[in-house]
Amino acid sequence: MASNIFLAITITFMYAAPLILTALGGVVSERSGVINIGLEGMMVMGAFTGAAVGYYTANPWLGFLAAGLAGGALALLHAVASVTFKANQTISGVALNFIGQGLALFLCRLFFEGATMSKTVPNPMPKLFGFLGLPQVDGILAQLNVDMTFIIAVLLTVVIWFVMYRTKWGLRLRAVGEHPAAADTLGVNVYAVRYAAVFISGILAGFGGAAQSLAVVSLFTPTVISGQGFIAMAAVIFGKWTPHGAMLACLIFAFAQALVVLLGGGAVQISPQLLSMLPYVLTILVLVLFVGKAVSPKADGVPYEKGAR
Amino acid sequence: MASVADKEYAVQMRGIKKYFGSFCALNGVQLDVEKGTIHALLGENGAGKSTLMNILYGLYQADEGEILINGRPENIKNPATAIKLGIGMVHQHFMLVEPFTVTQNIMLGMEKTRFGGVIDEASIRKDVLELSERYGLIVDPDAKIEDISVGMQQRVEILKALYRGAEILILDEPTAVLTPQEIGELIEIMRKLASDGKTVIIITHKLGEIKKSADYCTIIRRGVYIDTVRVEEVDETSLASMMVGREVKLTVTKEKADPGEVILEIDGLTVADSRGIDRVKDLSLQVRRGEIVGIAGIDGNGQQELVEAIMNMVPAKSGTITVKGREIQNRTPAQTLAAGVSTIPEDRHKHGLVLDFSVAENFVIENFRQAPYSSHGILDHKAIKEHAAQLIEKFDVRPAGCELNPARGLSGGNQQKLIIAREVDNDPDILIAVQPTRGLDVGAIEYVHKALINVRDQGKAVLLISLELDEVMDVSDRIAVIYDGTIVDSFDAEGADENHIGLMMAGGKRK
Repeated sequence: MASNIFLAITITFMYAAPLILTALGGVVSERSGVINIGLEGMMVMGAFTGAAVGYYTANPWLGFLAAGLAGGALALLHAVASVTFKANQTISGVALNFIGQGLALFLCRLFFEGATMSKTVPNPMPKLFGFLGLPQVDGILAQLNVDMTFIIAVLLTVVIWFVMYRTKWGLRLRAVGEHPAAADTLGVNVYAVRYAAVFISGILAGFGGAAQSLAVVSLFTPTVISGQGFIAMAAVIFGKWTPHGAMLACLIFAFAQALVVLLGGGAVQISPQLLSMLPYVLTILVLVLFVGKAVSPKADGVPYEKGAR
Repeated sequence: MASVADKEYAVQMRGIKKYFGSFCALNGVQLDVEKGTIHALLGENGAGKSTLMNILYGLYQADEGEILINGRPENIKNPATAIKLGIGMVHQHFMLVEPFTVTQNIMLGMEKTRFGGVIDEASIRKDVLELSERYGLIVDPDAKIEDISVGMQQRVEILKALYRGAEILILDEPTAVLTPQEIGELIEIMRKLASDGKTVIIITHKLGEIKKSADYCTIIRRGVYIDTVRVEEVDETSLASMMVGREVKLTVTKEKADPGEVILEIDGLTVADSRGIDRVKDLSLQVRRGEIVGIAGIDGNGQQELVEAIMNMVPAKSGTITVKGREIQNRTPAQTLAAGVSTIPEDRHKHGLVLDFSVAENFVIENFRQAPYSSHGILDHKAIKEHAAQLIEKFDVRPAGCELNPARGLSGGNQQKLIIAREVDNDPDILIAVQPTRGLDVGAIEYVHKALINVRDQGKAVLLISLELDEVMDVSDRIAVIYDGTIVDSFDAEGADENHIGLMMAGGKRK
């Protein structure tokens, strides 16, 4: 029984890493007032780029960084559409989801001889002990051997929390998301802040995708990202647009995914189809029950027009 | 004006022109503001006062003309430049981030930081307190904006400008949201600032306040410069006629009211907003036939929720709303109308009109289902147009013959006339007028006030809800003061004491 619980925690952490990284991206973007529905597409791009670069260089870290850049590049499209051209942010985000899916698949066929799957990377992202060069151990201590991507996700949560609530950049980010006109009249460049926020959100979602394709599995497939971006969006709302809240929400969603794995292999007979619905059903429930009450940043989703009243 | 040579000017604007599309908002306006004075900028709504000040603050660019700050020509391309030149602006709609604290709002964009962008909040807090003490701008540096009074929010706005080293302070309609006591305090603060060598420009259309506070007054009318006068040398009536361009009557004349039976009776009404917070709390109120009851209060004390509950746009949590003896709470807006309640809504664009519909269509928007405007579900455009033509003539909606024009094309005053015509024509037992003169010029205000008194004289009940205390005091027969969702006091309008009302509006205890 105890080993089952530990296994559940390990799997939870593994699944949580991609969600947390992506949700942090959602928090940064939405706190600046730009809704980023395109997180899923950016994750897919990140997942592919991570796997491809990881395969060709045999270095997972290079793959991880490249994935961030790929996600960021896609996010810049969103910034151009929704900040500069003041397009409807939902539509722009939906379009990005299509572009991310399509582009990743197209590039995959280009780089992997027409296959829709990448080849398995020689070196996936290491776990903690491997990273520190510690020997493998058995028993309870083995539970401490978590994915490095999870450690990165937790560290980034702390960093983003600190930047958001303790530094001038964070103050400006939040001001722009709440009352852009107020920030503008005080000489804060609303457009620059939003561009930066959307770009960073793309980088984080790219990391999230790579955390899936380089740590959870070790290759890119068209379904390696299947809704994690949307679950991360739900986590942003459930976590009340705070980094720490989003992280906790992601842990809950990841736990649901862990349950799927655990119960599926367990003694209890449950239809696997029903089981694999669990994370998604939980997401829908959370959205239905909490969205109405959650108070979003006031200017979230509203393009900023100078001089408009 | 006296010769320029012996005076030091903080601001000089010359030949300022500004177009919005083909509309000329400012046509060669000039403004000379002496250093260390309080200078009022007077004009009707839409005269171009705010546009001129937005140009000075760098929010808009002038199409022509030059600006001199402290005698030097400057090109103010954005607010950041204006701030560097020592210009600060307090906007009519406050530019405050609600979930932030007072200190956070003041430092935003000019944060003091230690290593790596980390904010040094303690040091900023100290600066804020120092400034606050020096000018008597009392604020709680740690309170969140959403929790403090409008008066304190305004002081935060002024502190924001001073924290940025403002020497020239622009206040856009600063008294619109204040109680009489707060207005007195604000005038004190402005004096203190001026005696400290700072220059204050206030944008306003309230003559009394200019007389009380300003040294000089520049009048603009429809984008054109009229004159600059020493305030002590003119009286309110001459200021008013310079502003409007003709003689105006500043007071409302009406016969004494002759109230009849109770038409609207509200008893123990409680209404919650969308977040579940009670906005109207156990409120009771009576309005009789043949009287105008005015509700005085500061914005956000439950006025909006009260009207929405009467109109059945939001549910009442408890209590009753009775019109002529029949309870109407928690029904539908159509049933409210049918019970004999008509409303001039606060936001005429959002709730009063369909702007892209024609004037004629807007006239029948509440009763297009009835004969003669439609039969068997088919509209009779001829009857609708004739009906409109009648009302346009009777209520002097301009331009004449505008039946088929879109309502959007009418001026604000004429849009309001359209709504008044429609609502009065419904022949209601009670007319509810919410902020009926908001954004209207002096001429249109006169018209609206007369119309309300006419409705009363026809033996109907009128409930007037306004944030303009002068309006409530002038037009009403009885005044009820609303504070924190409940009526805290009510009395005859005749001989009512403005100071007492102000205290009640601010939550002072009942006598």
